[in-house]
Amino acid sequence: MLFLRSVSVLLSVLASLALAGAALAADLATLVGNLTSGGLSEREGAITALAASGDERAVPILEALGAGQLYIRNSDKLAVIGTVDGNKLALTEAVSGKPAGSADEADLERVRVNNRLRGTIEAAVGSLTLMSPNSRTRLSAADALFKRRDATALAALDQALTVEKDPRIKRAMSEARAAIVLATAESSPAQKLAAIALVRERGDRDSLGILKTVAAASDGEVKTAAAAAAESIEQSLAAWQMAQNVWYGISLGSVLLLAAIGLAITFGTMGVINMAHGEMVMLGAYTTFVVQEVIRTSAPHLFDVSLVIALPLAFLVSGAIGILIERTIIRFLYGRPLDTLLATWGLSLVLQQAVRSIFGSSNREVGAPSWMSGAFQLGQLNITYGRLWIVVFALIVFASLILLLRKTPLGLYMRAVTQNRPMASAVGIRTPRVDALTFGLGSGIAGLAGVALSQIDNVSPNLGQGYIIDSFMVVVFGGVGNLFGTLIGALTLGVVNKFLEPYAGAVLGKILVLVFIILFIQRRPRGLFALKGRSVE
Amino acid sequence: MKLGTLMRTGLVAAGLVASAATSAFAQAGDTIKVGILHSLSGTMAISETTLKDVVLMLVEEQNKKGGLLGKKLEPVVVDPASNWPLFAEKARELLQKEKVAVVFGCWTSVSRKSVLPVFEELNGILFYPVQYEGQESQRNVFYTGAAPNQQAIPAVDYLMSKDGGNVKRWVLAGTDYVYPRTTNKILEAYLLQKGVPKEDIMINYTPFGHSDWQSIVADIKKFGSAGKKTAVVSTINGDANVPFYKELGNQGIKAKDIPVVAFSVGEEELAGVDTKPLVGHLAAWNYFQSVKDPANAEFIKTWQAFTKNPKRVTNDPMEASVIGFRMWVEAVKKAGTTDPDKVIDALIGIKVPNLTGGISEMLPNHHITKPVLIGEIEGNGQFDVVWKTPGLVPGAAWSPILDDSKNLKADWTKPVNCGNFDTVANKCIGKAAK
Repeated sequence: MLFLRSVSVLLSVLASLALAGAALAADLATLVGNLTSGGLSEREGAITALAASGDERAVPILEALGAGQLYIRNSDKLAVIGTVDGNKLALTEAVSGKPAGSADEADLERVRVNNRLRGTIEAAVGSLTLMSPNSRTRLSAADALFKRRDATALAALDQALTVEKDPRIKRAMSEARAAIVLATAESSPAQKLAAIALVRERGDRDSLGILKTVAAASDGEVKTAAAAAAESIEQSLAAWQMAQNVWYGISLGSVLLLAAIGLAITFGTMGVINMAHGEMVMLGAYTTFVVQEVIRTSAPHLFDVSLVIALPLAFLVSGAIGILIERTIIRFLYGRPLDTLLATWGLSLVLQQAVRSIFGSSNREVGAPSWMSGAFQLGQLNITYGRLWIVVFALIVFASLILLLRKTPLGLYMRAVTQNRPMASAVGIRTPRVDALTFGLGSGIAGLAGVALSQIDNVSPNLGQGYIIDSFMVVVFGGVGNLFGTLIGALTLGVVNKFLEPYAGAVLGKILVLVFIILFIQRRPRGLFALKGRSVE
Repeated sequence: MKLGTLMRTGLVAAGLVASAATSAFAQAGDTIKVGILHSLSGTMAISETTLKDVVLMLVEEQNKKGGLLGKKLEPVVVDPASNWPLFAEKARELLQKEKVAVVFGCWTSVSRKSVLPVFEELNGILFYPVQYEGQESQRNVFYTGAAPNQQAIPAVDYLMSKDGGNVKRWVLAGTDYVYPRTTNKILEAYLLQKGVPKEDIMINYTPFGHSDWQSIVADIKKFGSAGKKTAVVSTINGDANVPFYKELGNQGIKAKDIPVVAFSVGEEELAGVDTKPLVGHLAAWNYFQSVKDPANAEFIKTWQAFTKNPKRVTNDPMEASVIGFRMWVEAVKKAGTTDPDKVIDALIGIKVPNLTGGISEMLPNHHITKPVLIGEIEGNGQFDVVWKTPGLVPGAAWSPILDDSKNLKADWTKPVNCGNFDTVANKCIGKAAK
């Protein structure tokens, strides 16, 4: 008896649960229906309604909408989420989450959103995921709400704050709450003052924006507090900006170093004015492109190491072409700088046009591997991984080059030939071979630079042209024939440039740097670190 | 330099020989020559080579239809190599030596300015297919790209609207040359007129091919944190765009926070970029490849077949070239001759369908009517049209916003027949004014 009763109770509970579930599902279906019909303003209302429903199943639907993956199937007007699968789209039913076959993009009508709606969606997803079991999702939900300051999310935030354990997320949530309080006109001055203190502690650019808005929109105590808080954030940001300029300078300097270091060898130690140096960089970048193309078509899982594969290949391609150029053209022109200048300039045009005929004149896409994308925050300093790796890479290339020149027989021969050619020849060094290898080494390093530059610049036939003048500036400024001079020269020019840019603008900044170098060369014709001894005479 | 020029001449010569060879079968004497003046080498080759191919395709199409006035069209391709003085030389060569009936060409404003005197002197016809800064109307030139009121002003209006995000603070960023400088001058005057305070406008110029955007993007971020919705209006040209967008993505500036609306970034420019971090940034044009229209679908199909590349994209200056070419064909038919004076007169009032479903008309000021579309960048490098003008917008040669041009109008029909007629003084200024 007891048993039967408990079974019947259980059954009725189950039934009511199922009923409630059905009602919820119906709700979701109507809400999603509203989402996919009507114009942009109706859609905005539907998104807010979905957020207010508190139904977590709405999250993937909203995310798909934001990413442009929510479609209406033309045949049965069903709302589906499509993900790319080969040439077709794999579909799942939006409301139930069941798989719904696949379709061509032409058979579907995309549910359109614009920037404003993407913001609304971000806030909606934020308020729905505040209670998510995943801590990272909760954190990004709090961040999204901080940015959007959507007043309707206040209740959800309060609820989430009571159960949140992780101090970091709790802090982000109370900051988001403070931002919303500040954005709401009805909040009391006391609430606002507490909120200002919280936002002030956060101290980044977004907080500054919020505080400035508050200072402009309110009066009395709140206004003074907000203005004072904004002031203090501005002061600390100004200090961070100095640090940021230094970092940007180092980053630009490392790019200059990479571009110039090969030239420091061909021009600096061999004395060849190689105007085709930029094209060696370009060839390195195109090698990266070809490597990535091959990987994309035949081994997509290797994409993250594509740059590592491209490095030796770029070195070999540019190096081999460098040796070819040296053997066929430049060796006949040693000691005739003007002829070399003209010949290599012509050669650079030939190389550009050759690449243009093979690859076409438009830019080629070179992707960033995952470990080079994104950025991290160091205090108020935003450092992108791509730039960081380029700085590291430039230093590695520099260090290995120094080692090569100092510690290997080839380096010894190179130094011997550049310092005193007849004497080196007399002791049995095959100077023509060393010449070819030195030129090849310089060109190969330019190819390595191309791999790095493909990450920050366009891969087009003109890639090299943009760097040739800067490279010569660095080498001449640092001191011809001195690798350390090139390092210091590149970093100095980078930092000086970045400090001038905010005040003088990019155009004037560049001119000022050029004038500075010209004046500097007047004082010290041999650059920062002049080679001493007879060899230079 | 000598060797450089020599090689360049060599390349051009090779190009000429090649084009002569392809047209050798067409009998001399009964062809109409069509000049193509686009850079095939140098910095602008990236954009201009495509337009050369478009005109070649149009000529081929027209010949398949039986040519024009019973004659075959014969393309004459020259390469001005992104070198402005060379543009003038090549224009002279086309008009004097080749005796072409019409020229399609130029991209940058400086190249157009450098060929203007040549077309005036030799009475040629130039179709200019690129959006530009306006403030010009010349009897021998037909402007089929957008004037500022057909691109820049509507884009700003959109951003000020509710859908565009109620933008209150503006960054005008451009490459340092005539088009961005003039456009920004017009935009600044327009914004001030709309009540935007001066401290809410930041203007920034960068050199051609600028590649290190770190501090400028950081500056934009800083400018954007004043508590007002901020947007960037970009007239950054050509190659500099890719590193600019990469830096935006790197520093995490999303379109939701600070949208960038660009006037020189189209499908071709995005071909070299991973557009996923850029979704939502905007571009204002008169044509997008994504526009669903039968004429557009047909054009894309023909273009991809012509270039033998099923992924080849189309863009706005290509559409402008198509409109220009079709207008010229219609005008020649109407005039019954290729005589420049008669064709120039016949062109005004010519209507041809554009590729977005409308009918564009050549106006007396030598500009055309076009729709204005605002598109958001999508993950696949295409644009999603989020806003368009209800009808076609007539191109204005002279901006009514700037003080020194507000009284000017261009009208190449009788009795005015003047490119810069001062409506207050009631006289034609002529060549004296720019």
